[in-house]
Amino acid sequence: MDTKIFDKLKILAEAAKFDVSCASSGTTRNNPGKGIGSTSGWGICHSFTEDGRCVSLLKIMLTNCCIYDCAYCANRRSNDIPRTTFSVSELVELTVEFYRRNYIEGLFLSSGIVRNADYTMERMVRVAKDLRTVHKYNGYIHLKSIPGTSRELIAEAGLYADRLSCNIEMPSEESLKLVAPDKNYQSIYTPMSYIQQGFLQGREDRQKYRHALRFAPAGQSTQMIIGASQDSDMKILNLSDALYRRPAMKRVYYSGYIPINTYDTRLPAIAAPPLVRENRLYQADWLMRFYHFKVNEIVNEAHPSLDLDIDPKLSWALRHPEMFPVNVNTADYEMILRVPGIGVKSAKLIVAARRYGRLTSGNLQKIGIVMKRARFFITCNELAANTVHETGPEYIRKALTDSVNPKKRKTNDRQLVIDFGE
Amino acid sequence: MLYFIYDNTFEGLLTCVFDAFNRREFPQKIVRTDTALPLFTEPFRVITDTDKSERVLNALKKKISHSAVRMLFVDFLSELEGIETVIFRYIQKAVTAKTSIEMNFADADVLELSKIYRKVMREEERVRQFVRFQKTADNIYFAVIEPVYNVLPLTGRFFKTRYADQQWIVYDAKRKYGLFYDLNTVETVCFDSLDISPAGNINPEKLDESELAFRILWKDYLKAVTIRERINLKLQRQYMPVRFWKYLTEKNGE
Ligand code: SF4
Repeated sequence: MDTKIFDKLKILAEAAKFDVSCASSGTTRNNPGKGIGSTSGWGICHSFTEDGRCVSLLKIMLTNCCIYDCAYCANRRSNDIPRTTFSVSELVELTVEFYRRNYIEGLFLSSGIVRNADYTMERMVRVAKDLRTVHKYNGYIHLKSIPGTSRELIAEAGLYADRLSCNIEMPSEESLKLVAPDKNYQSIYTPMSYIQQGFLQGREDRQKYRHALRFAPAGQSTQMIIGASQDSDMKILNLSDALYRRPAMKRVYYSGYIPINTYDTRLPAIAAPPLVRENRLYQADWLMRFYHFKVNEIVNEAHPSLDLDIDPKLSWALRHPEMFPVNVNTADYEMILRVPGIGVKSAKLIVAARRYGRLTSGNLQKIGIVMKRARFFITCNELAANTVHETGPEYIRKALTDSVNPKKRKTNDRQLVIDFGE
Repeated sequence: MLYFIYDNTFEGLLTCVFDAFNRREFPQKIVRTDTALPLFTEPFRVITDTDKSERVLNALKKKISHSAVRMLFVDFLSELEGIETVIFRYIQKAVTAKTSIEMNFADADVLELSKIYRKVMREEERVRQFVRFQKTADNIYFAVIEPVYNVLPLTGRFFKTRYADQQWIVYDAKRKYGLFYDLNTVETVCFDSLDISPAGNINPEKLDESELAFRILWKDYLKAVTIRERINLKLQRQYMPVRFWKYLTEKNGE
């Protein structure tokens, strides 16, 4: 083994660390012959770094050399930092050897841009291709596509990768152009559309022929930086909502801006990354995807910013006392899901269990409902004491504000677990 | 007080159910062979019989879904004190009820077994998360782990599919047995003497020559991707309980 690999790994892992999408979910890849690896359902977190983030994939850059000069990026051309590049075989070996030891679920490869988009993308695709064809590797592969990649290379990447992503970077094109003058929405949306077309085509082919090749079966994801521009939560969540309407789009990631290049005055001067806001955005995102909320129920002209003190589900409930209290023995699933303190799992349990008989507050507690929150919003045919109508929303807001409990507020919800205190 | 004594196998527990119905005598408690019995008990020693246990299984499958039957096995692996008696009561209710009881979470036993099931499966997931293989000189990937529940039997299929082209051993140091995959099947193995350090490390001379390099690379990698602006040790411990650190390659010696 070439000892240079130790330095390369450090530099290129460090360079990739701000990319948040750790999830390796959404595909099933069995191991049909006797190759190595399998991918199933939700990816596994194999380790956790000291910042509490899940390590599921070997998240790394092919190179940190870059011809672009994005203001928010440590690898931008104008920064004077050590630069290095992996060879295809080095990356392949690292992935396979880490995988065999159960360190990782797979590879998440991104890259700085060398020469041009296609030149860079081609090298990345070679890594994925070698893994799949030479090593019979069935673990997870996520390739980040470079803005401006051609249709041909996206088509090839989709054959080997489980997931492809194109980062939207900024919540609006104006803010993108300000901080990343080399990029524009077209160079991002175009490969995004190629991925979508490939994904849909692949799905259709497989309905016709069972052995048709799959194209990025875990679809695509994207990411945007939060708090580096003036864009409101309303703007951000509406953009997410539009992105989720695209059939192949599985996840939108929000990344609280970390001031790296403090010398660049196009970026706001902030003391710490906006972690609470980032967390609230993830919670809102979950409400849209799993709790059947519409985006304008969460943010709208009257409420363009998410409430930082309380989560968006509670916030909605307090703005709509007329919807409560909900009778857990009779209300439909949709409405039970909207009760603060009741999560998806508990809502399902309630609906299943009440067929056997009336549920009491004792039952609810045992099922795992957080009565501290839920009690203001439910009745279960027992005496309904102190619901939101009696106490008024302001009382509940105070009682349940996270900042009352400063420890809780620190939690970092970058990962899949989004805690509504449920 | 009637106590049933069984051999600590799932088949044995199902045989208890068969015998109880057969004799029309229902035990207050079911205990393992090695349990010290209190005074004034009337012990009945159950002889495990796979014909009987099969018949109980078949009767159960007519009343509850296959996943509920599997849940009982998973609950059994929790090895929690008194679990046999709860499973026994559940089966008793399940086979005598007219409709399936499995969703009746207002029943204390149904709820408790579903909760224990979740805990055991969570531990099984942790084994899949935190097993770390070390490659030995004779090409076997070896891992040590100490799960709180006896979950190894639940993980065999997963590791077999994922690591189909490498020989591996996952060893439960607490229960002193392991699973060994020889490229064909997964078998249970025991070792008389194991040459490993308290942190589960194999004697370096018996390791594959590249093993130590990959360990260092893995540790370096984790250090490099840590975002120092966001250090949160409490969260790290919450997701990766300290009880697993002993055998984690990246945490050895911490
Ligand atoms: S193109 Fe990517 S790597 Fe290059 S400066 Fe911009 S964000 Fe950084």
